Amino acid sequence: MRKRGLFFRKSMDLSVKIISVLASLLGVLFLLWILFVVFKMGFKTFNWDFFTQPTKPYGVPNGGIANAIIGTVIITSGAALMGVPLGLLGGIYLSEFARSTKLGNVIRFSANVMMGLPSIIVGLFVYIILVYTTKHFSGFAGSVALAIIMFPVILRTTEDMLAMVPNALRESALAIGTPRWKTTLDILFRAAKGGLITGVLLSIARVSGETAPLLFTALWSNSWPLSYFSEPTANLTVSITEYATNSPFESMQLRAWGAALLITAAVLILNITCRTIFREARR
Amino acid sequence: MSGQGTDRTAQKFADNAQVKIAVRNLDFFYGEHQALFGNSIDILENRVTAVIGPSGCGKSTHLRVYNRIFELYREQRASGEIILDGENILSPSVDKLDLRRRVGMIFQKPTPFPMSVFDNVAYGIRLHYKPGRNEIAERVERALRMSALWEEVKDKLKKPGMALSGGQQQRLCIARAVAIEPEVLLMDEPTSAIDPVGTLKIENLMEELKTKFTIVIVTHNMQQAARVSDYTAFFYEGHIVEYDKTSIMFTKPSKKQTEDYITGRFG
Repeated sequence: MRKRGLFFRKSMDLSVKIISVLASLLGVLFLLWILFVVFKMGFKTFNWDFFTQPTKPYGVPNGGIANAIIGTVIITSGAALMGVPLGLLGGIYLSEFARSTKLGNVIRFSANVMMGLPSIIVGLFVYIILVYTTKHFSGFAGSVALAIIMFPVILRTTEDMLAMVPNALRESALAIGTPRWKTTLDILFRAAKGGLITGVLLSIARVSGETAPLLFTALWSNSWPLSYFSEPTANLTVSITEYATNSPFESMQLRAWGAALLITAAVLILNITCRTIFREARR
Repeated sequence: MSGQGTDRTAQKFADNAQVKIAVRNLDFFYGEHQALFGNSIDILENRVTAVIGPSGCGKSTHLRVYNRIFELYREQRASGEIILDGENILSPSVDKLDLRRRVGMIFQKPTPFPMSVFDNVAYGIRLHYKPGRNEIAERVERALRMSALWEEVKDKLKKPGMALSGGQQQRLCIARAVAIEPEVLLMDEPTSAIDPVGTLKIENLMEELKTKFTIVIVTHNMQQAARVSDYTAFFYEGHIVEYDKTSIMFTKPSKKQTEDYITGRFG
Protein backbone atom coordinates (compact mmCIF):
# COMPACT_ATOMS: atom_id res chain seq x y z
CA MET A 1 0.00 0.00 0.00
CA ARG A 2 1.23 3.50 -0.78
CA LYS A 3 2.05 5.63 2.22
CA ARG A 4 0.09 8.84 2.76
CA GLY A 5 2.32 11.91 2.68
CA LEU A 6 2.98 13.74 5.90
CA PHE A 7 3.03 17.20 4.35
CA PHE A 8 -0.73 17.60 4.02
CA ARG A 9 -1.44 16.46 7.56
CA LYS A 10 1.24 18.66 9.04
CA SER A 11 0.21 21.75 7.13
CA MET A 12 -3.45 21.11 8.01
CA ASP A 13 -2.49 20.84 11.66
CA LEU A 14 -0.58 24.08 11.50
CA SER A 15 -3.34 26.01 9.72
CA VAL A 16 -6.02 24.87 12.19
CA LYS A 17 -3.76 25.99 14.97
CA ILE A 18 -3.18 29.39 13.40
CA ILE A 19 -6.85 29.96 12.61
CA SER A 20 -7.95 29.05 16.12
CA VAL A 21 -5.36 31.34 17.66
CA LEU A 22 -6.54 34.16 15.41
CA ALA A 23 -10.16 33.51 16.31
CA SER A 24 -9.49 33.69 20.02
CA LEU A 25 -7.31 36.78 19.59
CA LEU A 26 -10.17 38.44 17.73
CA GLY A 27 -12.42 37.91 20.75
CA VAL A 28 -9.86 39.36 23.11
CA LEU A 29 -9.25 42.20 20.67
CA PHE A 30 -12.86 43.31 20.94
CA LEU A 31 -12.73 43.21 24.72
CA LEU A 32 -9.58 45.34 24.76
CA TRP A 33 -11.01 47.67 22.15
CA ILE A 34 -14.18 48.22 24.17
CA LEU A 35 -12.17 48.75 27.35
CA PHE A 36 -9.83 51.16 25.56
CA VAL A 37 -12.61 53.31 24.10
CA VAL A 38 -14.68 53.30 27.29
CA PHE A 39 -11.68 54.24 29.40
CA LYS A 40 -10.51 56.93 26.98
CA MET A 41 -13.91 58.58 26.57
CA GLY A 42 -15.10 58.00 30.11
CA PHE A 43 -12.03 59.21 31.87
CA LYS A 44 -12.38 62.67 30.33
CA THR A 45 -15.62 63.26 32.18
CA PHE A 46 -14.29 62.35 35.59
CA ASN A 47 -14.17 65.40 37.82
CA TRP A 48 -15.47 66.50 41.22
CA ASP A 49 -18.90 67.50 39.96
CA PHE A 50 -19.35 64.26 38.06
CA PHE A 51 -19.14 62.28 41.28
CA THR A 52 -20.89 64.70 43.64
CA GLN A 53 -23.65 66.41 41.68
CA PRO A 54 -26.89 64.82 40.61
CA THR A 55 -27.90 64.63 36.98
CA LYS A 56 -29.35 67.90 35.76
CA PRO A 57 -31.46 68.95 32.77
CA TYR A 58 -29.55 70.41 29.84
CA GLY A 59 -28.44 73.96 30.36
CA VAL A 60 -28.08 73.68 34.12
CA PRO A 61 -24.34 73.79 34.81
CA ASN A 62 -22.24 71.32 36.87
CA GLY A 63 -24.34 68.29 36.10
CA GLY A 64 -23.01 65.02 37.57
CA ILE A 65 -24.07 61.45 37.96
CA ALA A 66 -24.01 60.98 41.75
CA ASN A 67 -27.74 60.28 42.11
CA ALA A 68 -27.49 57.54 39.49
CA ILE A 69 -24.50 55.96 41.22
CA ILE A 70 -26.35 55.85 44.53
CA GLY A 71 -29.54 54.70 42.81
CA THR A 72 -27.74 51.82 41.10
CA VAL A 73 -26.15 50.78 44.38
CA ILE A 74 -29.53 50.86 46.16
CA ILE A 75 -31.39 49.02 43.40
CA THR A 76 -28.69 46.35 43.07
CA SER A 77 -28.40 45.90 46.85
CA GLY A 78 -32.17 45.58 47.10
CA ALA A 79 -32.08 42.95 44.37
CA ALA A 80 -29.27 41.09 46.13
CA LEU A 81 -31.16 41.22 49.43
CA MET A 82 -34.09 39.45 47.80
CA GLY A 83 -32.36 37.28 45.23
CA VAL A 84 -29.36 35.96 47.17
CA PRO A 85 -31.12 34.31 50.16
CA LEU A 86 -33.84 32.87 47.94
CA GLY A 87 -31.30 31.60 45.42
CA LEU A 88 -29.13 30.02 48.12
CA LEU A 89 -32.10 28.34 49.78
CA GLY A 90 -33.41 27.10 46.44
CA GLY A 91 -29.96 25.75 45.59
CA ILE A 92 -29.84 23.93 48.94
CA TYR A 93 -33.19 22.37 48.21
CA LEU A 94 -32.13 21.18 44.77
CA SER A 95 -28.78 19.79 45.85
CA GLU A 96 -29.59 18.40 49.29
CA PHE A 97 -33.23 17.47 49.30
CA ALA A 98 -34.47 17.11 45.76
CA ARG A 99 -31.61 15.42 43.96
CA SER A 100 -33.11 13.11 41.33
CA THR A 101 -36.69 13.77 42.35
CA LYS A 102 -39.39 14.80 39.90
CA LEU A 103 -40.02 18.14 41.57
CA GLY A 104 -36.29 18.83 41.64
CA ASN A 105 -35.99 18.16 37.92
CA VAL A 106 -38.93 20.43 37.16
CA ILE A 107 -37.41 23.24 39.24
CA ARG A 108 -33.98 22.76 37.69
CA PHE A 109 -35.45 22.86 34.19
CA SER A 110 -37.50 25.96 34.99
CA ALA A 111 -34.43 27.70 36.40
CA ASN A 112 -32.51 26.94 33.22
CA VAL A 113 -35.33 28.36 31.12
CA MET A 114 -35.51 31.40 33.39
CA MET A 115 -31.79 32.02 32.93
CA GLY A 116 -32.29 32.26 29.19
CA LEU A 117 -35.28 34.57 29.50
CA PRO A 118 -34.62 37.94 27.83
CA SER A 119 -34.33 40.51 30.59
CA ILE A 120 -36.76 42.83 28.83
CA ILE A 121 -39.48 40.23 29.40
CA VAL A 122 -38.73 40.26 33.11
CA GLY A 123 -38.91 44.06 33.01
CA LEU A 124 -42.30 43.98 31.29
CA PHE A 125 -43.56 41.39 33.76
CA VAL A 126 -42.61 43.46 36.77
CA TYR A 127 -44.00 46.54 35.04
CA ILE A 128 -47.37 44.84 34.85
CA ILE A 129 -47.45 43.44 38.38
CA LEU A 130 -45.76 46.28 40.29
CA VAL A 131 -45.77 49.48 38.23
CA TYR A 132 -49.06 49.28 36.37
CA THR A 133 -51.00 48.23 39.47
CA THR A 134 -49.49 50.79 41.83
CA LYS A 135 -49.47 53.52 39.17
CA HIS A 136 -45.89 54.53 39.85
CA PHE A 137 -42.42 53.54 38.81
CA SER A 138 -40.05 52.76 41.67
CA GLY A 139 -36.53 51.67 42.48
CA PHE A 140 -38.06 48.79 44.39
CA ALA A 141 -39.76 47.50 41.23
CA GLY A 142 -36.32 47.68 39.61
CA SER A 143 -34.85 45.60 42.42
CA VAL A 144 -37.60 43.01 42.04
CA ALA A 145 -36.87 42.71 38.32
CA LEU A 146 -33.13 42.30 38.93
CA ALA A 147 -33.78 39.82 41.75
CA ILE A 148 -35.85 37.71 39.36
CA ILE A 149 -32.91 37.70 36.95
CA MET A 150 -30.41 36.86 39.71
CA PHE A 151 -32.45 34.11 41.31
CA PRO A 152 -31.95 31.27 38.79
CA VAL A 153 -28.25 32.11 38.41
CA ILE A 154 -27.60 31.85 42.16
CA LEU A 155 -29.87 28.83 42.46
CA ARG A 156 -27.96 26.87 39.84
CA THR A 157 -24.47 27.88 40.99
CA THR A 158 -25.39 27.02 44.59
CA GLU A 159 -26.66 23.64 43.49
CA ASP A 160 -23.58 22.98 41.36
CA MET A 161 -21.16 24.08 44.08
CA LEU A 162 -22.87 21.97 46.75
CA ALA A 163 -23.03 19.01 44.40
CA MET A 164 -19.25 19.29 43.99
CA VAL A 165 -18.72 18.69 47.72
CA PRO A 166 -17.93 14.98 48.02
CA ASN A 167 -20.59 12.80 49.61
CA ALA A 168 -17.95 11.51 52.03
CA LEU A 169 -17.95 14.89 53.78
CA ARG A 170 -21.75 14.95 53.93
CA GLU A 171 -21.78 11.45 55.38
CA SER A 172 -19.13 12.14 57.96
CA ALA A 173 -21.01 15.20 59.21
CA LEU A 174 -24.23 13.22 59.43
CA ALA A 175 -22.35 10.32 61.03
CA ILE A 176 -21.64 12.29 64.20
CA GLY A 177 -25.30 13.14 64.49
CA THR A 178 -25.37 16.52 62.75
CA PRO A 179 -28.85 17.33 61.48
CA ARG A 180 -29.23 17.85 57.76
CA TRP A 181 -29.69 21.63 57.83
CA LYS A 182 -26.67 22.12 60.07
CA THR A 183 -24.58 19.83 57.89
CA THR A 184 -25.46 22.01 54.91
CA LEU A 185 -24.93 25.41 56.52
CA ASP A 186 -21.91 24.57 58.73
CA ILE A 187 -19.97 22.01 56.76
CA LEU A 188 -21.01 22.04 53.12
CA PHE A 189 -21.25 25.83 52.84
CA ARG A 190 -17.81 26.12 54.38
CA ALA A 191 -16.42 23.57 51.94
CA ALA A 192 -18.06 25.31 48.98
CA LYS A 193 -17.44 28.84 50.25
CA GLY A 194 -15.29 30.06 47.37
CA GLY A 195 -17.71 28.85 44.73
CA LEU A 196 -20.75 30.25 46.51
CA ILE A 197 -19.26 33.72 46.93
CA THR A 198 -18.17 33.64 43.31
CA GLY A 199 -21.67 32.72 42.20
CA VAL A 200 -23.23 35.54 44.19
CA LEU A 201 -20.73 38.16 43.04
CA LEU A 202 -21.01 37.10 39.40
CA SER A 203 -24.78 37.30 39.52
CA ILE A 204 -24.50 40.80 41.00
CA ALA A 205 -22.06 41.74 38.26
CA ARG A 206 -24.45 40.32 35.71
CA VAL A 207 -27.48 42.36 36.83
CA SER A 208 -25.58 45.57 37.56
CA GLY A 209 -25.30 46.09 33.82
CA GLU A 210 -28.95 45.37 33.04
CA THR A 211 -30.86 48.20 31.40
CA ALA A 212 -34.03 46.83 29.84
CA PRO A 213 -35.69 45.65 33.07
CA LEU A 214 -34.98 49.02 34.72
CA LEU A 215 -36.51 50.99 31.83
CA PHE A 216 -39.88 49.53 32.77
CA THR A 217 -39.48 49.71 36.52
CA ALA A 218 -37.04 52.13 38.12
CA LEU A 219 -37.15 54.35 35.07
CA TRP A 220 -35.06 57.44 35.48
CA SER A 221 -34.94 60.64 37.46
CA ASN A 222 -32.88 63.77 37.94
CA SER A 223 -33.43 63.83 41.67
CA TRP A 224 -31.64 62.05 44.49
CA PRO A 225 -33.02 58.56 45.15
CA LEU A 226 -35.00 59.39 48.28
CA SER A 227 -38.20 57.47 47.62
CA TYR A 228 -37.06 53.98 46.72
CA PHE A 229 -40.50 52.46 47.08
CA SER A 230 -42.65 55.05 45.35
CA GLU A 231 -40.77 57.09 42.78
CA PRO A 232 -38.64 56.64 39.68
CA THR A 233 -35.07 56.12 40.81
CA ALA A 234 -31.97 57.30 38.97
CA ASN A 235 -29.53 54.60 37.91
CA LEU A 236 -26.42 54.33 35.77
CA THR A 237 -27.58 52.07 32.96
CA VAL A 238 -30.73 53.98 32.11
CA SER A 239 -28.71 57.21 32.35
CA ILE A 240 -26.45 55.83 29.66
CA THR A 241 -29.41 55.02 27.41
CA GLU A 242 -30.95 58.43 28.00
CA TYR A 243 -27.80 60.45 27.53
CA ALA A 244 -26.32 58.49 24.68
CA THR A 245 -29.42 58.02 22.54
CA ASN A 246 -32.06 60.52 23.58
CA SER A 247 -29.95 63.58 24.15
CA PRO A 248 -28.59 65.76 21.34
CA PHE A 249 -26.21 67.52 23.74
CA GLU A 250 -22.56 66.66 23.74
CA SER A 251 -21.95 67.29 27.43
CA MET A 252 -24.64 64.75 28.26
CA GLN A 253 -23.29 62.20 25.80
CA LEU A 254 -19.91 62.57 27.47
CA ARG A 255 -21.43 61.87 30.85
CA ALA A 256 -22.90 58.68 29.37
CA TRP A 257 -19.32 57.60 28.61
CA GLY A 258 -18.42 58.35 32.21
CA ALA A 259 -21.30 56.24 33.50
CA ALA A 260 -20.33 53.46 31.09
CA LEU A 261 -16.79 53.52 32.43
CA LEU A 262 -18.04 53.30 36.01
CA ILE A 263 -20.15 50.22 35.31
CA THR A 264 -17.43 48.58 33.24
CA ALA A 265 -14.86 49.16 35.97
CA ALA A 266 -17.23 47.84 38.65
CA VAL A 267 -17.99 44.67 36.71
CA LEU A 268 -14.30 44.19 35.95
CA ILE A 269 -13.38 44.54 39.61
CA LEU A 270 -16.16 42.16 40.67
CA ASN A 271 -14.97 39.56 38.18
CA ILE A 272 -11.34 39.83 39.21
CA THR A 273 -12.33 39.62 42.90
CA CYS A 274 -14.30 36.46 42.14
CA ARG A 275 -11.38 34.82 40.43
CA THR A 276 -9.06 35.65 43.30
CA ILE A 277 -11.49 34.38 45.93
CA PHE A 278 -12.15 31.21 43.97
CA ARG A 279 -8.45 30.56 43.54
CA GLU A 280 -7.77 31.19 47.25
CA ALA A 281 -10.56 28.82 48.22
CA ARG A 282 -9.21 26.12 45.93
CA ARG A 283 -5.97 25.96 47.88
CA MET B 1 -31.89 -8.98 76.76
CA SER B 2 -32.23 -9.18 73.00
CA GLY B 3 -33.77 -12.47 71.98
CA GLN B 4 -32.65 -16.01 72.65
CA GLY B 5 -29.88 -16.25 70.07
CA THR B 6 -27.64 -13.81 71.82
CA ASP B 7 -26.52 -15.69 74.93
CA ARG B 8 -25.86 -18.71 72.80
CA THR B 9 -23.40 -16.75 70.68
CA ALA B 10 -21.33 -15.67 73.62
CA GLN B 11 -21.51 -19.18 75.00
CA LYS B 12 -20.53 -20.71 71.69
CA PHE B 13 -17.44 -18.53 71.59
CA ALA B 14 -16.74 -19.11 75.29
CA ASP B 15 -16.51 -15.35 75.70
CA ASN B 16 -17.95 -13.54 78.67
CA ALA B 17 -18.66 -10.42 76.60
CA GLN B 18 -22.21 -9.09 76.21
CA VAL B 19 -23.88 -8.95 72.84
CA LYS B 20 -23.85 -5.28 71.83
CA ILE B 21 -25.54 -5.50 68.45
CA ALA B 22 -27.77 -8.35 67.39
CA VAL B 23 -28.56 -8.31 63.67
CA ARG B 24 -31.53 -10.41 62.61
CA ASN B 25 -32.55 -11.23 59.03
CA LEU B 26 -31.18 -8.03 57.56
CA ASP B 27 -32.05 -7.52 53.89
CA PHE B 28 -30.85 -4.51 51.97
CA PHE B 29 -31.89 -3.03 48.64
CA TYR B 30 -30.40 -0.50 46.26
CA GLY B 31 -33.61 0.30 44.43
CA GLU B 32 -34.65 -3.04 42.92
CA HIS B 33 -31.29 -4.65 43.47
CA GLN B 34 -30.96 -6.71 46.63
CA ALA B 35 -27.51 -6.44 48.18
CA LEU B 36 -27.86 -8.21 51.53
CA PHE B 37 -29.73 -11.43 52.18
CA GLY B 38 -30.92 -12.42 55.65
CA ASN B 39 -27.80 -11.31 57.50
CA SER B 40 -27.82 -12.37 61.16
CA ILE B 41 -24.87 -11.78 63.43
CA ASP B 42 -24.09 -10.95 67.06
CA ILE B 43 -21.48 -8.25 67.60
CA LEU B 44 -19.85 -8.57 71.03
CA GLU B 45 -19.17 -5.64 73.31
CA ASN B 46 -15.58 -4.36 73.63
CA ARG B 47 -14.38 -6.66 70.90
CA VAL B 48 -13.07 -5.87 67.45
CA THR B 49 -15.12 -7.59 64.81
CA ALA B 50 -13.66 -7.63 61.30
CA VAL B 51 -15.86 -7.91 58.24
CA ILE B 52 -14.04 -9.37 55.25
CA GLY B 53 -14.99 -10.49 51.77
CA PRO B 54 -14.38 -9.71 48.11
CA SER B 55 -15.32 -6.32 46.61
CA GLY B 56 -19.04 -5.87 46.19
CA CYS B 57 -19.95 -8.59 48.69
CA GLY B 58 -21.96 -6.15 50.79
CA LYS B 59 -19.64 -5.69 53.75
CA SER B 60 -19.70 -1.89 53.63
CA THR B 61 -23.40 -1.92 52.91
CA HIS B 62 -23.92 -4.06 56.01
CA LEU B 63 -21.93 -1.66 58.16
CA ARG B 64 -23.78 1.38 56.84
CA VAL B 65 -27.04 0.08 58.24
CA TYR B 66 -25.77 0.16 61.84
CA ASN B 67 -25.93 3.97 61.97
CA ARG B 68 -28.58 4.33 59.27
CA ILE B 69 -26.24 6.50 57.21
CA PHE B 70 -27.63 4.79 54.12
CA GLU B 71 -30.84 6.79 54.59
CA LEU B 72 -29.05 9.73 52.99
CA TYR B 73 -29.89 8.06 49.68
CA ARG B 74 -33.57 7.75 49.06
CA GLU B 75 -33.37 4.66 46.84
CA GLN B 76 -31.70 2.59 49.58
CA ARG B 77 -33.80 0.49 51.92
CA ALA B 78 -33.17 -1.97 54.76
CA SER B 79 -35.47 -4.48 56.41
CA GLY B 80 -34.96 -6.81 59.33
CA GLU B 81 -33.77 -5.96 62.82
CA ILE B 82 -30.64 -4.38 64.23
CA ILE B 83 -30.94 -4.62 67.96
CA LEU B 84 -28.61 -2.29 69.82
CA ASP B 85 -28.84 -2.83 73.57
CA GLY B 86 -32.26 -4.39 73.21
CA GLU B 87 -33.72 -1.76 70.91
CA ASN B 88 -34.31 -2.19 67.19
CA ILE B 89 -32.59 0.83 65.68
CA LEU B 90 -34.33 0.37 62.33
CA SER B 91 -37.65 1.21 63.96
CA PRO B 92 -38.78 4.67 62.89
CA SER B 93 -39.24 5.73 66.50
CA VAL B 94 -35.48 5.63 67.06
CA ASP B 95 -33.96 9.07 66.63
CA LYS B 96 -31.24 9.04 63.97
CA LEU B 97 -29.27 11.89 65.49
CA ASP B 98 -29.03 10.21 68.89
CA LEU B 99 -28.30 6.86 67.27
CA ARG B 100 -25.35 8.42 65.48
CA ARG B 101 -24.02 9.82 68.72
CA ARG B 102 -24.01 6.26 70.09
CA VAL B 103 -22.70 4.65 66.90
CA GLY B 104 -19.78 6.56 65.37
CA MET B 105 -18.28 5.95 61.96
CA ILE B 106 -14.87 6.29 60.33
CA PHE B 107 -14.77 6.35 56.54
CA GLN B 108 -12.41 5.11 53.89
CA LYS B 109 -10.96 8.49 53.06
CA PRO B 110 -10.17 10.89 55.88
CA THR B 111 -12.78 13.66 55.83
CA PRO B 112 -11.76 16.48 58.16
CA PHE B 113 -14.33 19.27 58.27
CA PRO B 114 -13.17 22.50 56.63
CA MET B 115 -12.23 24.05 59.98
CA SER B 116 -9.40 23.98 62.54
CA VAL B 117 -8.08 20.82 64.17
CA PHE B 118 -9.62 21.92 67.47
CA ASP B 119 -13.01 22.74 65.97
CA ASN B 120 -13.08 19.44 64.11
CA VAL B 121 -13.13 17.64 67.43
CA ALA B 122 -15.16 20.25 69.30
CA TYR B 123 -17.88 20.28 66.64
CA GLY B 124 -19.57 17.10 67.76
CA ILE B 125 -19.13 17.94 71.44
CA ARG B 126 -20.93 21.25 70.96
CA LEU B 127 -23.56 19.46 68.93
CA HIS B 128 -24.53 16.98 71.62
CA TYR B 129 -23.52 18.60 74.91
CA LYS B 130 -23.55 21.99 76.56
CA PRO B 131 -20.02 22.16 77.91
CA GLY B 132 -18.28 25.17 79.43
CA ARG B 133 -15.27 26.63 77.67
CA ASN B 134 -12.76 24.73 79.79
CA GLU B 135 -14.70 21.51 79.52
CA ILE B 136 -14.54 21.68 75.73
CA ALA B 137 -10.77 22.13 75.70
CA GLU B 138 -10.48 19.23 78.16
CA ARG B 139 -12.63 16.91 76.11
CA VAL B 140 -10.91 17.85 72.87
CA GLU B 141 -7.55 17.04 74.45
CA ARG B 142 -8.85 13.76 75.84
CA ALA B 143 -10.24 12.74 72.45
CA LEU B 144 -6.99 13.66 70.70
CA ARG B 145 -4.98 11.70 73.26
CA MET B 146 -7.32 8.76 72.88
CA SER B 147 -6.65 8.74 69.14
CA ALA B 148 -2.89 9.04 69.67
CA LEU B 149 -2.76 12.38 67.92
CA TRP B 150 -2.33 14.87 70.77
CA GLU B 151 1.45 14.97 70.82
CA GLU B 152 1.55 15.61 67.07
CA VAL B 153 -1.05 18.38 66.93
CA LYS B 154 -0.99 20.08 70.33
CA ASP B 155 0.87 23.03 68.78
CA LYS B 156 -1.31 23.24 65.68
CA LEU B 157 -4.79 23.12 67.12
CA LYS B 158 -5.67 26.29 65.22
CA LYS B 159 -4.36 25.01 61.89
CA PRO B 160 -6.94 23.70 59.41
CA GLY B 161 -7.65 20.00 59.71
CA MET B 162 -6.85 19.63 56.02
CA ALA B 163 -3.26 20.70 56.68
CA LEU B 164 -2.46 17.45 58.52
CA SER B 165 -1.02 14.39 56.78
CA GLY B 166 -3.38 11.67 55.56
CA GLY B 167 -2.75 9.41 58.52
CA GLN B 168 -3.14 12.28 60.95
CA GLN B 169 -6.36 13.35 59.26
CA GLN B 170 -7.76 9.87 59.74
CA ARG B 171 -6.84 9.89 63.44
CA LEU B 172 -8.45 13.34 63.64
CA CYS B 173 -11.61 11.75 62.30
CA ILE B 174 -11.30 9.06 64.97
CA ALA B 175 -10.87 11.79 67.60
CA ARG B 176 -13.94 13.53 66.24
CA ALA B 177 -15.89 10.30 66.52
CA VAL B 178 -14.74 9.32 70.03
CA ALA B 179 -15.14 12.87 71.37
CA ILE B 180 -18.89 12.42 71.64
CA GLU B 181 -18.43 9.20 73.63
CA PRO B 182 -20.10 6.71 71.35
CA GLU B 183 -20.62 3.09 72.32
CA VAL B 184 -19.86 1.57 68.95
CA LEU B 185 -17.24 2.59 66.35
CA LEU B 186 -17.81 1.54 62.77
CA MET B 187 -14.73 1.62 60.57
CA ASP B 188 -15.19 1.31 56.84
CA GLU B 189 -11.76 0.40 55.43
CA PRO B 190 -10.19 3.09 57.61
CA THR B 191 -6.63 2.53 56.40
CA SER B 192 -7.08 1.85 52.70
CA ALA B 193 -6.06 5.42 51.84
CA ILE B 194 -3.31 5.64 54.48
CA ASP B 195 0.40 4.86 54.16
CA PRO B 196 1.88 1.87 56.07
CA VAL B 197 3.20 3.94 58.99
CA GLY B 198 -0.15 5.65 59.47
CA THR B 199 -1.88 2.29 59.13
CA LEU B 200 0.25 0.80 61.87
CA LYS B 201 -0.59 3.68 64.18
CA ILE B 202 -4.29 3.22 63.60
CA GLU B 203 -4.06 -0.53 64.09
CA ASN B 204 -2.24 -0.08 67.38
CA LEU B 205 -4.84 2.45 68.39
CA MET B 206 -7.66 -0.02 67.92
CA GLU B 207 -6.23 -2.23 70.64
CA GLU B 208 -6.80 0.58 73.14
CA LEU B 209 -10.05 1.81 71.68
CA LYS B 210 -11.72 -1.53 72.09
CA THR B 211 -11.47 -1.26 75.88
CA LYS B 212 -13.97 1.60 75.64
CA PHE B 213 -15.90 0.88 72.48
CA THR B 214 -17.29 -1.96 70.45
CA ILE B 215 -15.51 -1.86 67.10
CA VAL B 216 -16.66 -3.22 63.77
CA ILE B 217 -14.14 -2.84 60.97
CA VAL B 218 -14.58 -3.54 57.29
CA THR B 219 -11.28 -4.34 55.67
CA HIS B 220 -9.89 -5.55 52.37
CA ASN B 221 -6.66 -6.46 53.99
CA MET B 222 -6.70 -9.94 55.45
CA GLN B 223 -3.52 -9.48 57.44
CA GLN B 224 -5.15 -6.48 59.02
CA ALA B 225 -8.22 -8.49 59.97
CA ALA B 226 -5.98 -11.16 61.47
CA ARG B 227 -3.91 -8.61 63.37
CA VAL B 228 -6.57 -6.37 64.88
CA SER B 229 -9.75 -8.37 65.29
CA ASP B 230 -11.13 -10.83 67.84
CA TYR B 231 -13.92 -12.00 65.58
CA THR B 232 -14.23 -12.17 61.83
CA ALA B 233 -17.25 -12.41 59.59
CA PHE B 234 -16.81 -13.52 56.00
CA PHE B 235 -19.28 -12.04 53.53
CA TYR B 236 -19.93 -13.37 50.07
CA GLU B 237 -22.54 -12.03 47.62
CA GLY B 238 -24.59 -10.46 50.37
CA HIS B 239 -24.61 -13.49 52.64
CA ILE B 240 -22.69 -14.02 55.85
CA VAL B 241 -20.89 -17.24 55.01
CA GLU B 242 -19.06 -17.74 58.26
CA TYR B 243 -18.58 -15.92 61.54
CA ASP B 244 -16.19 -17.08 64.21
CA LYS B 245 -13.23 -16.18 66.34
CA THR B 246 -10.54 -14.66 64.16
CA SER B 247 -8.02 -17.27 65.31
CA ILE B 248 -10.31 -20.03 64.09
CA MET B 249 -11.36 -18.29 60.87
CA PHE B 250 -7.76 -17.92 59.80
CA THR B 251 -6.59 -21.39 60.79
CA LYS B 252 -9.40 -23.85 60.40
CA PRO B 253 -12.50 -22.27 58.87
CA SER B 254 -15.40 -24.68 58.55
CA LYS B 255 -16.60 -23.48 55.15
CA LYS B 256 -14.76 -24.19 51.93
CA GLN B 257 -15.58 -20.69 50.56
CA THR B 258 -13.98 -19.04 53.57
CA GLU B 259 -10.88 -21.11 53.22
CA ASP B 260 -10.62 -20.35 49.52
CA TYR B 261 -10.91 -16.63 50.13
CA ILE B 262 -8.48 -16.55 53.04
CA THR B 263 -5.90 -18.59 51.22
CA GLY B 264 -6.21 -16.26 48.24
CA ARG B 265 -7.78 -18.69 45.83
CA PHE B 266 -10.35 -16.05 44.81
CA GLY B 267 -11.53 -12.53 45.61
